[in-house]
Amino acid sequence: MQVEKFYYDNKIVKMFAYASVLWGVVGMLAGLLIAVQIYLPGANFNLPYTTFGRVRPIHTNAVIFAFVGNGIFMGVYYSLQRLCKARMFSDALGKIHFWVWQLIIVAAAITLCLGYTSGKEYAELEWPIDIAITLVWVVFGINMFGTLIKRRESHIYVAIWFYIATWVTVAMLHIVNSFEIPFSFMKSYSFYAGVQDALIQWWYGHNAVAFFLTTPYLGMMYYFLPKAANRPVYSYRLSIVHFWALIFIYIWAGPHHLLYTALPDWAQSLGTVFSIMLIAPSWGGMLNGLFTLRGAWDKVREDPVLKFMVVAVTCYGMATFEGPMLSIKSVNAITHFTDWTIAHVHVGALGWNGFLTFSVLYYLIPKMFNTPLYSKKLATNHFWIGTIGIVLYVIPMYWAGFTQAEMWKQFTEEGTLKYQFLETVTHIIPMYITRSLGGALYISGVLIMVYNLFKTVKAGNFVADEAAEAPALPKVVETHGKQYWHRWIEARPIQMLIFSLVAVAIGGILEIVPTFLIKENIPTIASVKPYTPLELQGRDIYIREGCYLCHSQMIRPFRDEVVRYGEYSKAGEFVYDHPFQWGSKRTGPDLAREGGKNPDSWHFMHMMNPRNTSDKSIMPNYPWLYTNDLDTAITPAKIRAMQTLGVPYPKGYDQQANTDLQAQAKKIADGLKGDDQIKKLAAVSEDLDLNNIQKKEIIALISYLQRIGTDIKGEKKPATASLP
Amino acid sequence: MKFINYLEKISGVDIYALSSFSIFFVFFILMTIWALKADKNMINEINNLPLNN
Repeated sequence: MQVEKFYYDNKIVKMFAYASVLWGVVGMLAGLLIAVQIYLPGANFNLPYTTFGRVRPIHTNAVIFAFVGNGIFMGVYYSLQRLCKARMFSDALGKIHFWVWQLIIVAAAITLCLGYTSGKEYAELEWPIDIAITLVWVVFGINMFGTLIKRRESHIYVAIWFYIATWVTVAMLHIVNSFEIPFSFMKSYSFYAGVQDALIQWWYGHNAVAFFLTTPYLGMMYYFLPKAANRPVYSYRLSIVHFWALIFIYIWAGPHHLLYTALPDWAQSLGTVFSIMLIAPSWGGMLNGLFTLRGAWDKVREDPVLKFMVVAVTCYGMATFEGPMLSIKSVNAITHFTDWTIAHVHVGALGWNGFLTFSVLYYLIPKMFNTPLYSKKLATNHFWIGTIGIVLYVIPMYWAGFTQAEMWKQFTEEGTLKYQFLETVTHIIPMYITRSLGGALYISGVLIMVYNLFKTVKAGNFVADEAAEAPALPKVVETHGKQYWHRWIEARPIQMLIFSLVAVAIGGILEIVPTFLIKENIPTIASVKPYTPLELQGRDIYIREGCYLCHSQMIRPFRDEVVRYGEYSKAGEFVYDHPFQWGSKRTGPDLAREGGKNPDSWHFMHMMNPRNTSDKSIMPNYPWLYTNDLDTAITPAKIRAMQTLGVPYPKGYDQQANTDLQAQAKKIADGLKGDDQIKKLAAVSEDLDLNNIQKKEIIALISYLQRIGTDIKGEKKPATASLP
Repeated sequence: MKFINYLEKISGVDIYALSSFSIFFVFFILMTIWALKADKNMINEINNLPLNN
């Protein structure tokens, strides 16, 4: 058979590797900044752009889509070429993929800083960027499937199956979750509202973890671990079962993020059952990785690449054991909304994704530069500093989570809550400080890696086009025994793509569609009305400032929550919430019944400086809300967008809206002007102009805060169930 | 586009859970049987792919 000569493209791999390192450092520094802000609220510098609510999405997006995203493309572009024995389908498409992806990252950083966010966690980017992501994903897909079609290796190794599942599922998740109605160049409202929005968001959110942070990295594990250990994977049969079980089960598990919420019970149970089942394939994969090293543990002692891999795979095992546990309702009742979740995701992010990326970098850079790693010792130091960093990060967060949950739930003998919310926060501040030290340590390790890789690059000669040879793929493929149908699939990657799509779509469809289709038993609540124009504007400010990242709007049906916050939340209350703002973490208290709890003047003083009303509060100041004029020119467009989404504003209300808005703003402003405390504050403050306060953003925000959860307050309440 | 209807209970919801579980289960069992019965030579050949480049 004639042997063909060809070249692997290392240049594109190098570009993605560099980008991954660069954005990794940026994303982690953003994380460190917000970690410090939690105990030093002044570290927001009183600027909107550097405040927690805006930097936190920058941190998560940078780490997930920039650091890990570029890491995925680095791993895929390297391993796919070699597993297919072919150069990538198109160098040009690879370059377009790379540069557009980096452009998206820059656009994301800028727009998030400016407060353009859809208000949905891990899907914050606004509609023009969403479209760009879709297009670049198609480019990546064409390049990947093009390479598969022109491959010289007849078999498709399991790593590629993981890559295919990643591509298909991320495309589906991104498109479905990003349905939105634009009302300006950079702003839109989610197509879905309330319960449906929550279900779709967490179907997306969970599966972004599954198919962006897990499956492509498992593919990388299945390629790079055998490479680094120089032995085949422990059981290839197990890897096949691992793959199919994992992609099938993962897609169902999303509702475990919404346990005890207003989501229908059946969906919650579905999420729990499938989450518990997930432990089997996840651990199958982990053990397959670790067993690959059996008999090679002496190499682990020597080789930093393997060291990082072992901890990465172990962290994967820990996170995937913990995930199902957290999906059990009684465990979730304790952990949800606390720092436990933060610990859980960081075992995954720092351990699994971070360490696996580092191991691949330590493996690839010397290989592509045809030189040994500059210093094994520095890499080993990085390993230990990073590992200690992870431990120092996650243990205080587990501790903080558990402590705070226990404090929230404690009652005195007289039957009143034992602790104010703020007391439960100040109690865990030492844990927050330790966590930031752990994070700082982890970043120092990364900087050591940057130096080490830089020196390696300097010492080596880059092999941009790596020569290889392989026979062309025969037209008729030899089969082993009765393997016809499997061979049929293997020979047809496009059909394989469709099968994967069907596999994941079944889960998504059966989970989501019922909430759209079945209209009987709808608990609509007659007293729930659309937001007034001023409240709607205020809500958009709430979203812009990322309030949902620290405040939930979802009171679960527990005794302590009902006593602390008020009547538990009902599905029917959120029908006009595009997007939903239930939140997933309570760094501050729940706001679902905030309306009417405190006077307008309290909110006015509080947003200016939370320490004015709540001593030792860790919330940042929002001074710009008192100087920024509310953009009323956009009100009609917002109303029209809401009408398109089915919110029942009267016909032609868009033209009436600003009149109503002004009237409501005047009423609130007049009330504030008469408050003695505010008058005193205005007398000593240069920036605060009470005469023009009616036009400022703070008024809209106050109107929204005073509205939240008030719709059903006047209703005759059913007896609150006594709860677990 | 008026997706503003919500529900807490769905009548006949069992069918969703049952059908989805059956589809998953049957497919999974078929894949597992295939994986276990697959030809040893082929499995070895594929397993060694990462090491052959």
